[in-house]
Amino acid sequence: MKEFKILAVIVALVGITYYGIEPYAHHIMHPEVSPADFSFKDLKNVDTKLAGNAANGKVLVEANCIACHAIDKAGYPAVMPNADAAASYGVVPPDLSSAGRIYDKNYLANFIFDPVTAMHLSGKYTPESGKAFPMPSYNWMTPQEIMDIVAFLQSVSPKVEGKEAHKATFEAACGRCHNMKYAGIEATTPKDNLKAYTGAVAPDLSQYIKSRGEHYLHSFINDPQLLLHGTSMPRVGLTEEAQEEVIAYMEETGDSKKAERESLGIWVLLYTFIFAILAYLWKRKIWSEVH
Amino acid sequence: MAEFKKADSMLEWFDQRLGVVNFAKVMMTEYWIPKNINFLWAMGVLLTVLFTFLVVSGIFLLMYYKPDVNMAFDSVNYTIMQEVAYGWLFRHIHAVGASVVFLVIYIHMFTGIYYGSYKKGREMIWVSGMLLFMLFSAEGFSGYMLPWGQMSYWAAYVITEIFGGIPVIGDELVVWIRGNFYVSDSTLTRFFMLHVLLIPLAILGAIVFHFYALRFPHVNNEEGEFFDFDEEAEKYLAGNKKESKVVPFWPVFLSKDFFVLGFFMLFFFYLVFFHYDFAMDPVNFDKADGLKTPAHIYPEWYFLWSYEVLRGFFFEIAGVSGKDLGLMAFGFANAIFLVLPWLDRSPMVKPANQRPYFKYWFWFLMADLIVLTVYGKLPPTGANAWVGFASSMTFLVLFIALPFITKAEAKKVGGK
Repeated sequence: MKEFKILAVIVALVGITYYGIEPYAHHIMHPEVSPADFSFKDLKNVDTKLAGNAANGKVLVEANCIACHAIDKAGYPAVMPNADAAASYGVVPPDLSSAGRIYDKNYLANFIFDPVTAMHLSGKYTPESGKAFPMPSYNWMTPQEIMDIVAFLQSVSPKVEGKEAHKATFEAACGRCHNMKYAGIEATTPKDNLKAYTGAVAPDLSQYIKSRGEHYLHSFINDPQLLLHGTSMPRVGLTEEAQEEVIAYMEETGDSKKAERESLGIWVLLYTFIFAILAYLWKRKIWSEVH
Repeated sequence: MAEFKKADSMLEWFDQRLGVVNFAKVMMTEYWIPKNINFLWAMGVLLTVLFTFLVVSGIFLLMYYKPDVNMAFDSVNYTIMQEVAYGWLFRHIHAVGASVVFLVIYIHMFTGIYYGSYKKGREMIWVSGMLLFMLFSAEGFSGYMLPWGQMSYWAAYVITEIFGGIPVIGDELVVWIRGNFYVSDSTLTRFFMLHVLLIPLAILGAIVFHFYALRFPHVNNEEGEFFDFDEEAEKYLAGNKKESKVVPFWPVFLSKDFFVLGFFMLFFFYLVFFHYDFAMDPVNFDKADGLKTPAHIYPEWYFLWSYEVLRGFFFEIAGVSGKDLGLMAFGFANAIFLVLPWLDRSPMVKPANQRPYFKYWFWFLMADLIVLTVYGKLPPTGANAWVGFASSMTFLVLFIALPFITKAEAKKVGGK
């Protein structure tokens, strides 16, 4: 009985200390931000209830988008090599093949209408800064036309699933700026262009699943400004599903042994438990002679 | 040369040459431990096992680790964690083991303080134990630098900077420790040497010394009772096992230790596999960058209390800068436990709760250390800074007051 009392005192002291230096300290150092919003409710310029016409969208895309953007899966190759594109625009313009799949519909429509507002980068592209985002606003288009473009992009997006989707989404959503050394992925925009474009070389994401963790990434990717005010990383507008694919890919790359760790862990605990029980029985046998 | 008769068994063969039968008696079957003990007496064996885990996992890590600023980070986080078969397991055991070893050291240490196991002949056990604590601290600090993450770098920067506060030689000392004007490749390589060679050697020596120091004054017991070990051992050997106040190290004492060890390992491996963030700070998975200071810099949890004493003094008092005061308090905090046997002026060897004044001192100290540890991690701004100052002052006052408190206690109990 006395030994249980001692154990309780130790558990209490260790527990209080642990609570203070882990959950409590984290709560103080990383205050909670508003939850991730995957419907991008703040964007209201385009009525997304309008049904888009993909055929009309194709005409609009050919007239307005493919001068800069590749849409490889729909038969529109890149106009120039990445290095030249980066030199011309500051950053390599995205291939729109998967845009209809990975970006939220409301976000995509409002992005076409006014990219800087959608990305939450108004703080960077102020009139005083003299900087302009390389893509113009298509706010002169009617909402119907914008929804036609969205419908077209959704119609050409190939279906991908599983690990293939994890990598494809990561490359499409993050790969123009970020390296992922441990997966052999290098940003399509050359380093020097990137530095001039964003002000700093975007970090390598190999270990971000460890250094930032899933919880942080979940909020951060959805809206970077909330957790890192003033960052030049845009809000990219991924659907919840696409964002989960990105995070899954970061985990496959940065914590590739997770499954092995968790399954082995169970066996080691079981082994240790059996050892502890046997040790207890042996101790009782030995001590029965001296007590 | 002595005359050797032909041995009849392998045991006899070895016994003739190495005296193994006597050796086993002295070290195991006739090494006497008090019977009146609880599971806190198993901490020494737990520490020995944890240290073995650290050495073995460390040897495996050493096969792939590269002590070079350009390679260290990837050799740990890519090669060891993802390429090498079970490399992640060795790193997790090493990192979690390094953290948990301090938890057990603290329990071991405060068990000693609680039961008064540092006085009346047991001073050298205490001193050698504190020496081990200091060596483990140096080992922990030097090892923390090796993954070359952001916290490795900035903790190394802040801690080496502390030596700059030493009068006259401070600035030169910092450069001498770092091997450069800033924390750099030379710093990493020398801390690597310290971590894998010099300090472990010193630890091994100190462990042997610590065990040796136990032999003559013997292990304390739950009531602080003094008795004649030889007499009790004779009773035991004569078969009066139940009556005797002692048990042999093997198998009786160790059987209890293995039982405690079993359940402790359950806790330990749970941490290793499922709950390791506390020992592997997420910030350290960003590669070291001398141009990018992390928002919060803090040492590992086991250094937080003394770190808080260091930064608790944040303003000038009587013309001495806060930085200098903090440094003096930090030096005091790290040295004062060493002389504890001479600060406790009461002759009582009893559990703290049976000592009229010491019990308050003990629980005050525990509470203060927990406050220091928690506030050592929090940002030192606003009210936090004042809590830090108050708890640092409390720490100093507690130790300055200890001789007076225990002297008064001695008077009250009349030298008992």
